[in-house]
Amino acid sequence: MDLALVWFFIIAILWTGYLVLEGFDFGVGMLMSLLPRGNAAHREKERRVLVNSIGPLWDGNEVWLITAGGATFAAFPEWYATLFSGFYLPLLLILVALIVRGVAFEYRGKIADAVWARRCDVAIQVGSWVPAVLWGVAFANLVRGVQLDEAHQYVGGFWALLNPFALLGGATTLVLFLLHGAVFVALKTDGEIRARARRFAGVLAVVAVVVAGGWAVWAQLAFSVTWTWAVVVVAAVGLVGVALTNRAGREGWAFGLSAVTIVAAVVLIFGSMYPDVMPGLDGGNSLTIAEASSTPYTLTIMTWVAVFLTPLVILYQGWTYWVFRRRLTVDHIPAPAGLTWKKIKESAF
Amino acid sequence: MEALDLARWQFGITTVYHFIFVPLTIGLAPLVAIMQTAWVRTGNERWLRLTKFFGKLFLINFALGVVTGIVQEFQFGMNWSEYSRFVGDVFGAPLAMEALAAFFVESVFLGVWIFGWDRVNKKVHLACIWAVAVAVNLSAFFILAANSWMQHPVGARYNPETGRAEMESIWAILGNNTLWAAFPHAVAAAFLTAGTFVAGIAAWWMVRLARTKQPESVELARNVYRPAVILGTVVMLVAGVGVALSGDVQGKLMFEQQPGKMASAEALCDGEEAANFSILTIGDLSNSCEGVRHVLEVPGLASYLGTGHFSGPESFLPGVNDVQEQYSEKFGATDEAGNAISYTPNLAVTYWSFRLMIGFAAGSALLALAALWFTRGGRVSDNKWLARIGIIAIPTPFLASSFGWIFTEMGRQPWVVAPNPTGIDQIRLLTMRGVSEVVSPGMVLTSMIVFTLVYGALAVVWYRLMHRYAIEGVPMTVRDESPEAAGDDSDRPLSFAY
Ligand code: HDD
Ligand code: HEM
Ligand code: HEM
Repeated sequence: MDLALVWFFIIAILWTGYLVLEGFDFGVGMLMSLLPRGNAAHREKERRVLVNSIGPLWDGNEVWLITAGGATFAAFPEWYATLFSGFYLPLLLILVALIVRGVAFEYRGKIADAVWARRCDVAIQVGSWVPAVLWGVAFANLVRGVQLDEAHQYVGGFWALLNPFALLGGATTLVLFLLHGAVFVALKTDGEIRARARRFAGVLAVVAVVVAGGWAVWAQLAFSVTWTWAVVVVAAVGLVGVALTNRAGREGWAFGLSAVTIVAAVVLIFGSMYPDVMPGLDGGNSLTIAEASSTPYTLTIMTWVAVFLTPLVILYQGWTYWVFRRRLTVDHIPAPAGLTWKKIKESAF
Repeated sequence: MEALDLARWQFGITTVYHFIFVPLTIGLAPLVAIMQTAWVRTGNERWLRLTKFFGKLFLINFALGVVTGIVQEFQFGMNWSEYSRFVGDVFGAPLAMEALAAFFVESVFLGVWIFGWDRVNKKVHLACIWAVAVAVNLSAFFILAANSWMQHPVGARYNPETGRAEMESIWAILGNNTLWAAFPHAVAAAFLTAGTFVAGIAAWWMVRLARTKQPESVELARNVYRPAVILGTVVMLVAGVGVALSGDVQGKLMFEQQPGKMASAEALCDGEEAANFSILTIGDLSNSCEGVRHVLEVPGLASYLGTGHFSGPESFLPGVNDVQEQYSEKFGATDEAGNAISYTPNLAVTYWSFRLMIGFAAGSALLALAALWFTRGGRVSDNKWLARIGIIAIPTPFLASSFGWIFTEMGRQPWVVAPNPTGIDQIRLLTMRGVSEVVSPGMVLTSMIVFTLVYGALAVVWYRLMHRYAIEGVPMTVRDESPEAAGDDSDRPLSFAY
């Protein structure tokens, strides 16, 4: 097979890894103020349950994004250049969101203070909601096609990216990630919060069928190809499966099926882009896989690297999921270990 | 300002900021791993306490290294898309390798290290921090491979049809002699940074405890902080020698590969033999040669740095005027619009950043000497000066590294990919040609303001946390939390949680 095509697959796999993995930690971040209940102290404990359920995992999940970025640069320089300069402002927002979110996870527990924790929670939520929507907006635009000139430069401007189809795409990733996060919480925690997460997931699954289903059908009718109808069916079955298994208390299955739905969404996106990496609006000036790709030599080198390292990554990353497999409850949460606000202020210079 | 200037400022700000955290991460990860190894092997609690203490500081720092790194990965495409098109075939590969080979290892195993004290076996836990320590250094290797290619493009050919550089040999790129000088230099600088950090904080603590004259406190100073001072000092000494040796090699390569950078590092206008190294230069360095006055000079040293000869015909260093003449002839004196192209980097910035890089090494040197003297023969010092020097020395290697990068990158101007004198002439790119064409100045300005504000706020938080956690000192009590020592009771609260 043609190496450029192989790399189109590999990039799709990297994005799949990213959206499936960070999808649930975005979800958990978004649930920070939706799930916890009870008095202030109890809510704080439940929020810490949420943060710690993804604490050891989120950074490894994010590296899938970095790898997707680096691999796009290496395998499809034209795509990397056009996409990132063209989607400048949404990307800027995503980057800022990821920055404040990551820092908030790592620093939340470093200061034992209610105000500080609240601020970090705001950062975690903004940092999760914003990219959860914007990734959908960005990918929906790739499905729809964007305005390119003959040199394959994006010339559509910022507002053109916020068309109705793309916004519905944003709503789709938002709901899918929320659902994915809720079933993850149900799978990884115990006690009241687990029950609440399951109830919430039940509602979300219905919303997801409507929103994601609407978007997928629109995509199919307006922009996509015939075979991806099969993917839409898989996604639909996946979502119904999530609803059923979730209700039956089969949380592992529910999580697996919500992951399947996200995989299906990525397949739909890349399937409709093919054979372009940046379809032009109404098919004009599309940047194709062949035009965007690096030379065969570079692709060969990168293929060897990817073939050796990706399975290894999956292996050791999988191992960490196993190490931290235990369900968390509020009883597992130790007293705050951070320094007090007063101490931090004392030594300001 | 134009998009070009803004994009340059933007890149400079975000990169220098990223590199505040990077050297400490690269150097401190191995030092924490060494401390933990000492604990696992000897069972001496002192090392566990130091591991926990410096480990916490390491993590506070690591977090900012990670989040600022993501910006780095994306901004080539955002702000420098024409550059990305030109070099992507070559330049993207090391970036992707860095992510696959290094970033995954460091982030995944660090997660286990942070949360896994009571989850995994002691040896496995130790292996995790070593994996992180190796991976951060590996990541430095790959990113420096990318950067060295911009300084000295090798292993690539030029495709006239696409007007792009194409990779010819990955081995040539990974074997670039510029890389094999820059990598030891940057890593040695990182160890110098971490050694100074550890020794500085430990020295401050040792003195503070010794001055209380309380027996338990003096015992703590002797038992815990003094060994950390020694460890940091040894690292500083070895790394200091490494920095000087590798820097010397870099100077020689720079003379061959980027004569314009060498000339402007010396603010040398016209070529000369036995060129002096000036320590102080006054006058107007605003890129015109007229005002330059060297006041304090070491005879022949500049020639030695570049050529290995103090005097004689072989010690000839070309000046910026020679380079301007040579490059104008070779690469054109004017651009399409008819404006003259200056092949001279900003003299003031290049000249001073080079001296400040070298000069700030004095901070670490002073601390190393003071530490050796005051702890000689098993002494626990209560000398105030040692504590002061310790604190003053800590920021100096950070500053030296920043100036090192400012020198390397600003000295390369006007090129973003500098032409290789013994390579293919077409593989070269002026910085002004690399900037994104579709990104408006307003957009770059927006992102620059946003990043500056966010980064500014984060710097304050980072500094306060680092500072306060350093003042907290080593934990008073530690215990062996490993499953083999504490038993695997899964109902127990987590030993560590956010
Ligand atoms: C000499 C070392 C060095 C240099 C010059 C750079 N970095 Fe860096 N970078 C590191 C050394 C490093 C590191 C030590 O490996 C970091 C710091 C904290 C960390 O997690 O890894 C890191 C983090 C880091 C991350 C986050 C990794 C993660 O999530 O774990 C990214 C995406 C980048 N960097 C990308 C870049 C790019 C594109 C650079 C070029 C402009 C760059 N870095 C310069
Ligand atoms: C490998 C890590 C790198 C580091 C640490 C680094 C560091 C720096 C520094 C310190 C500056 C000077 C900023 C200033 O004074 O304004 C700079 C400027 C610049 N660098 Fe790099 N750089 C790196 C890699 C790169 C790469 C990969 C590119 C590719 C586009 C690049 C392109 C530039 C450009 C275009 C400028 C602006 C020129 C200027 O302001 O004079 N650098 N960089
Ligand atoms: C003994 C004195 C030193 C000498 C002779 C020296 C030499 C050099 C040279 C020639 C370069 C430029 C390489 C190029 O542009 O091609 C450089 C870059 C650099 N220096 Fe130094 N240096 C010294 C001390 C230091 C110290 C003390 C630090 C930090 C603690 C440091 C950190 C850096 C960094 C981070 C760079 C940029 C990255 C690189 O190109 O490796 N240097 N140094």
